[in-house]
Amino acid sequence: MTFTAPVLNYTLLSPILILLGGALIGVLVEAFVSKALRSIVQLSLTVGTLVLSLAQVWRIHNETSMSAAMGSVIIDGPAILLQASILIISIISIFLFADTDHFTALAAALPGSEEERHSLETGNQVTEVYPLTLFAISGMMLFPIASDLITLFVALEMLSLPLYLMAGLSRRRRLASQEAALKYFLLGAFSSAFFLFGMAYLYGYSASITYAGIRESVVGGSGNDVLLLIGIAFLSIGLLFKVGAVPFHAWSPDVYQGAPTPITGFMAAATKVAAFGAMLRIYYTVFANAQWSWTPLLSVIAIITMLFGSLVAIAQRDVKRMLAYSSIAHAGFLLAGVIALNKAGLEASIFYLFAYGVATVGAFAVVTLVRDSSGEVTDLNRWKGLGKRSPWVAATFAGFLLAFAGIPLTSGFIGKFSIFSAAYESGAKGVVFAGVLSSAIAAFFYIRVIVLMFFTDATQDGTSVQLPSALTRATLVISIAITIALGVYPAPLLNVISNLSTFIR
Amino acid sequence: MNWLTLLMVLPLIGSVALAVLPKENEKLVKQVALASTLVVMGATIAMAVGFQRDNIELQFVEKYAWIPSFGINYALGVDGLALVLILMSTILAPVVVLAGWNESQGGRWSVKTFYILILVLETMMIGVFAATDVFLFYVIFEAMLIPVYFLIGGYGSGERSAAAVKFLIYSLFGGLMMLASIIALYVMSGAQGGHTFDLAALSQLQMSSMTQNLLFLGFFIAFAIKAPLWPLHTWLPDAAESATPGTSVLLLGVLDKVGTFGMIRYCLTLFPDASKTFTPVILVLAVISIIYGAILAIGQRDLKRLIAFTSISHFGFITLGIFAMTSQGYSGAALYMFNHGFSTAALFLVGGWMISRRGSSTISDFGGLQRITPVMAWMFFLAGMSSLALPGMSSFVSEFLVLVGTFTRYPVHAVIATFGIVLAALYILIPVQKALHGPTTPGNENLSDLNLREKIAIAPVMAIIIVLGFYPAPLLNVINPAATHVIAQLGFSDPAPTSGGK
Repeated sequence: MTFTAPVLNYTLLSPILILLGGALIGVLVEAFVSKALRSIVQLSLTVGTLVLSLAQVWRIHNETSMSAAMGSVIIDGPAILLQASILIISIISIFLFADTDHFTALAAALPGSEEERHSLETGNQVTEVYPLTLFAISGMMLFPIASDLITLFVALEMLSLPLYLMAGLSRRRRLASQEAALKYFLLGAFSSAFFLFGMAYLYGYSASITYAGIRESVVGGSGNDVLLLIGIAFLSIGLLFKVGAVPFHAWSPDVYQGAPTPITGFMAAATKVAAFGAMLRIYYTVFANAQWSWTPLLSVIAIITMLFGSLVAIAQRDVKRMLAYSSIAHAGFLLAGVIALNKAGLEASIFYLFAYGVATVGAFAVVTLVRDSSGEVTDLNRWKGLGKRSPWVAATFAGFLLAFAGIPLTSGFIGKFSIFSAAYESGAKGVVFAGVLSSAIAAFFYIRVIVLMFFTDATQDGTSVQLPSALTRATLVISIAITIALGVYPAPLLNVISNLSTFIR
Repeated sequence: MNWLTLLMVLPLIGSVALAVLPKENEKLVKQVALASTLVVMGATIAMAVGFQRDNIELQFVEKYAWIPSFGINYALGVDGLALVLILMSTILAPVVVLAGWNESQGGRWSVKTFYILILVLETMMIGVFAATDVFLFYVIFEAMLIPVYFLIGGYGSGERSAAAVKFLIYSLFGGLMMLASIIALYVMSGAQGGHTFDLAALSQLQMSSMTQNLLFLGFFIAFAIKAPLWPLHTWLPDAAESATPGTSVLLLGVLDKVGTFGMIRYCLTLFPDASKTFTPVILVLAVISIIYGAILAIGQRDLKRLIAFTSISHFGFITLGIFAMTSQGYSGAALYMFNHGFSTAALFLVGGWMISRRGSSTISDFGGLQRITPVMAWMFFLAGMSSLALPGMSSFVSEFLVLVGTFTRYPVHAVIATFGIVLAALYILIPVQKALHGPTTPGNENLSDLNLREKIAIAPVMAIIIVLGFYPAPLLNVINPAATHVIAQLGFSDPAPTSGGK
């Protein structure tokens, strides 16, 4: 038996390879660079890697290929758009990592232990979060371009494992942070198991693990539909878990709250792009002809997710938990784009993912600024009167909230309009109606935060807004600029998306 | 020349100018704000002179692609009705700035922010009446809420933040109902020859009567919340009570008109059949609003809430005129919108001066003002007479036209609505008697009369009310061609006058 070397198209794979290379160098930096320089070297390395990768994505933006890695990945227009979105969102959010006050000095030390105290005193801050982030991003980049189930699963684990760790890195309230990480890990492991289970059934159904093979069986319609149904159902559970759709959302409020805020922002934005990217490809190509089997179920999940997220968010008193439930509601809106199953739906979903991701990073960037002597203040009651003390920061946050609420002249409105109109066009009127209704509900709690910040008198409890560092300021300025620009004049981006939004099969 | 864009850009330039001025120099800020609004008013009048009144087509049309992938255009144009309302808005803006010279003090934020918000709002007020692309209209319709929200919540008094939130939630809810309808229109246009938001193109869409009814409701609910129609009115008294008088003038005088304007421009144009289907229900709601608003106005102790309830009654008349589907009713409603802007402005501004001098808005705290502050008292009296539609005041003409227009088709509604006029006499004359006449209430002895600035501010408002009361022809000439055209398009002809009993 002879061994044939796999034929790889390195140019098309280079965005991911660059990230992996950067991550590996990051590990070496962690081991060999002195602690005084480590932080700055890691940050520049990470940003440089991301920018290089983005440049590479730009270089290949007109390419399409089914055979870049022996049929395991597909490079096409949506793949390019999703990868570029993930990279841009990552670059914006990585600036927030520079403030080491968010991260534990030594993650390996037990909370409250002698070692922890020692590393804090000596200022021996480890910066493993950077290579971890790069590993996660490379998994996210692979997730939406995978074209067989094994690659899809590997990508899923590649993006998840670093995230589990990163969720536990918080410097303050370490126990809560570690609990969040454990919860995320356990539930993630469960969902991975479901995912694998679904894969097995799909293999049983079509005797293939490639998208093309399964699609062929679905189109042919000769297989055993029971196997297909079970396969779709379990595979969907794995994906719905990642996007935080009800009833697989239970992890998200705790993880959002427990994880260090920069990580939360990055995770909330970039993971959604990757997971929805993969979902769009699977439902739009592999399962498109079995629409009858999954649209009803997914519609119900979308409706429940929107309404549940919006309703429960009203009761939240913690800003990070509120944003977590709001992200659940947004997952519901995005599901409407999956259900639409038309070109408009694909375009709308990609636009929405990018716009929502950018606004989310910006919103969490604001959260990192509101502090008292013992760290971040996430209790909403203590955000009272923020508008008086720091009008610009409060106004920026209000801008993001208005975008989440979908008020015109923000990116959120264009996103909502396009996704709902695509869903309506496909006949999913119930989903659109539920979407409009939950938008009305959601507006209530976004506005309540604006009221707290601007119209309520401040309490004297030492909460203050930290002056943003140059990097945090960059995050804020870039994200609010994109949020408003996409609301006022979205035509250029919509054109780009429209030109590239065709899945090849 | 792109007149309408120019009108929209001018206040924005003013607001940018304000933004770079130092916060401390409040006097300069106010002067720049006043100058900006005066320039806009001048430009509007210059534009209105060039309006061809016998031409029923849209005029001053502009159209540029905005979001081509959705078929969205930046499209503007005015007919007689829109022109009149833009004129009203831009005349009221400098009046509000001048009249409320000091009302922005005591807000949560600086005087500068107040006038920036006012100027941004003025841009949107012009845009909302001028838009001929449904998407553009919706964007401005919703975006307008934000400055008003901050004006009420930031500069009002009393329970200002609660009132601001109530206003916003009601409006957003209505807006989202409308959004659902707009999405449906958009999708249907895609199925019938290409995605578009052009109002004229959308009005040609074929749809089943069920669809038409549902979409009509989406729009109508949004507009009925804006131009508060019973039972969707409850946000208005709270908002008017909390807002500064100037904000209230813009809120009731201009923003609420977007509701009645929208009923004409969007409900009647896009869904003529559904409009006819729902007419019986809407007429009943309008009559209830007239009577209900009037009765509750009589019962109010707070001057600002009283004015708010009178407005609910007046909006009932406007809605009645619109849905009577006669050209007199329509002309009356259009004229009513214009007149109501000025009579409400007069009431709120004079009322606001009374309140700020006395430090109380309770009607019974006033008394004997006719002796102490004769000019202010006369102005309040005149404003009240305009509100109850005394002959000789402009509002009389419009109310008369509405009732005549309604009577020819719906005599019962018209007769009941007439009771609103009787009640109007009560809700105006009672506060006039309590506040202006009778013995001087202790604490009022040293109130000062109107100063020169206030006299200058109120003079044009009174002049318009009285001049148009005797000679409404200039406005009616602009409105009437459009009225006849709209009614004809709906497939109605005015019933011939009949004399009963023969």
